Amino acid sequence: MNKFYHTLKTLFLFGWSLFVVFPFLWALTTSFKDANAITSGATYIPWVDYEPSTQGWTSLFTTGSQGINIVGPFIDSASVTLIASVLSLALGTLAAYGLSRFEYRLGFVKNGDITFFFISQRIMPPIVLAIPFFLMLKEIGALDTIFGLVIVYIALLLPIAVWVMTDFFAGIPKELDEMAMTDGCSPIGAFFRVILPNSVPGLVVAGMFCLIFGWNDFFFAFTLTFTETQLLPVSIVSLNSSVTPWWSLSAFALISVAPLACVAVIVERYMSRGTMSGAIR
Amino acid sequence: MFQVEQLTTSDPKVSLQDVSFRCEAGNIYTILGSTGAGKTELLRALMGLNPLVDGDIQLDGKSLTARPVKDRSMSLVYQQFINYPHLSVLDNVAFPLRRQGKNKAEAQSLATEMLATVGLSDFLQRRPAQLSGGQQQRVALARAMVKKSRILMLDEPLANLDYKLREQLREEFPRLVAGNDNSVILYTTTEPREAMELGNTTIVMSDGRIIASGPPADLFAHPPNQSTASVISDPPISFISGHVRNDALYFSEDQLAPSDGLQLPADGPVTVALRPDAIEPGGDFDATIGLSEFSGSETIVHLDFEFGRAIMLVEGIENFAVGDSLSVSISAEHIMLFAPDGRNITTRIK
Repeated sequence: MNKFYHTLKTLFLFGWSLFVVFPFLWALTTSFKDANAITSGATYIPWVDYEPSTQGWTSLFTTGSQGINIVGPFIDSASVTLIASVLSLALGTLAAYGLSRFEYRLGFVKNGDITFFFISQRIMPPIVLAIPFFLMLKEIGALDTIFGLVIVYIALLLPIAVWVMTDFFAGIPKELDEMAMTDGCSPIGAFFRVILPNSVPGLVVAGMFCLIFGWNDFFFAFTLTFTETQLLPVSIVSLNSSVTPWWSLSAFALISVAPLACVAVIVERYMSRGTMSGAIR
Repeated sequence: MFQVEQLTTSDPKVSLQDVSFRCEAGNIYTILGSTGAGKTELLRALMGLNPLVDGDIQLDGKSLTARPVKDRSMSLVYQQFINYPHLSVLDNVAFPLRRQGKNKAEAQSLATEMLATVGLSDFLQRRPAQLSGGQQQRVALARAMVKKSRILMLDEPLANLDYKLREQLREEFPRLVAGNDNSVILYTTTEPREAMELGNTTIVMSDGRIIASGPPADLFAHPPNQSTASVISDPPISFISGHVRNDALYFSEDQLAPSDGLQLPADGPVTVALRPDAIEPGGDFDATIGLSEFSGSETIVHLDFEFGRAIMLVEGIENFAVGDSLSVSISAEHIMLFAPDGRNITTRIK
């Protein structure tokens, strides 16, 4: 019976993996095809089914009618996402630490209300924020700029960082902060010397979420930029499949998911490691 | 001289009420009290971790009350084995020294010495999570002692250890803290035996107040009040309602109680306290066995009398069947009397 379940489980996992990986495999093979290979039916194995071509990949770095040059949008996307994620993580971590360790009270507003206020930013539909953001950025002359997008993205990513880190800090015993203070640290020293080094898994998870949401955002990248600044999701959508070849579109799609896949592989080990073991028994 | 004056807090769990005491350097003060007596709250208040409503904390005549936690020259070992999980054992112990401004080499050298004292020389590069509970608590103790604080506070440091480790560390404790002649050691515990073994002075707490203090043997022999007698007795002392009438002591139900050698107070209600060794098998009092439990080389028997329930301690392992009747004697020598307000009113005729 156990063997039966094991086989069933393996088959299910294999099937699910295939389902998840297939679009990427399809895009990968397509990115190495040319017009002949594309139109000659479903083929998957290079050199056997079709003769591979790097045309799709070279077109990404070529300007003019033959290329789509993704270098500019890629740098813009990376800049906006990285800057906004790092700043959100820094501000969010400090805010979360304060919320998890100190009691704030302003009238009926308490810690839980403040945390919910942060989270509520993500509950709101983005369309509600689009016009106010547009008007604000226009007012300060930051429309269609990386600076403007960074400000908006911080507003979007900060709640995620606060949410994840508040939950993480709640799991770190307060006695650890107190012990650091009895050992000669100021409260802020206790945070930087003891709590932060023990928060790597939380920071990694919050950072990953920030990067994912920042990198994948289309709506604000679309509504707050025109010609000067263009992020990858907008670039990819603006490509017309009747003009841009399928192999270029496939290569572009793969390039756009590659950074997050690389980051996920690098930080995976931090996400699964519980560094708090041994803090308190 | 460490002096605490009328410390009052408003902690949500247990509030301290007018807590005052004085400590001399080089002594170990055990703070004894049941769970919820306010022992941890007292240490946290002294440390500056819990806010004070009133009172003052002085060290050598200088007030510490307004000083931040890090500037109080105090160390605290928690009941839970708390160490810095991201640091090695050596760096854990060197941590407070580095904060004092010592360079890395000096801090590590002093930390190595201290770890040798607590028997952890072979574990310097391990992380706390790679140690047993007893070893983790030794790391915490080493870290607290290495910085030579004037006040070393230990909050039930052995409570989370298993029995054998607890016994071992309790035995070793005086050696581990030897050399702290310049420090006051405050050690909280719920166990009377631990308090009496380790402390030069025992401070008894109940409901956020200090209810007694003094040499542990004196407190055990002559508890000033009923609460102290209750906290300091292990196995528990039994309290029976009684009264004095016409120069005779009675348990409730008008059963005459032994009172040889006791100078009885004026007629009126009293509480008769029976130490477990006041009762012995064979005698005039009939009881039913309610419970019998072995405690190492002793047997603790819970007896139901007409006038109430009391505990008897019998040397050796004896088989007492629950529900059986047993005749026992009660020795007046181990009886204490308490007034209705809880004061100890036992006076013996010399």
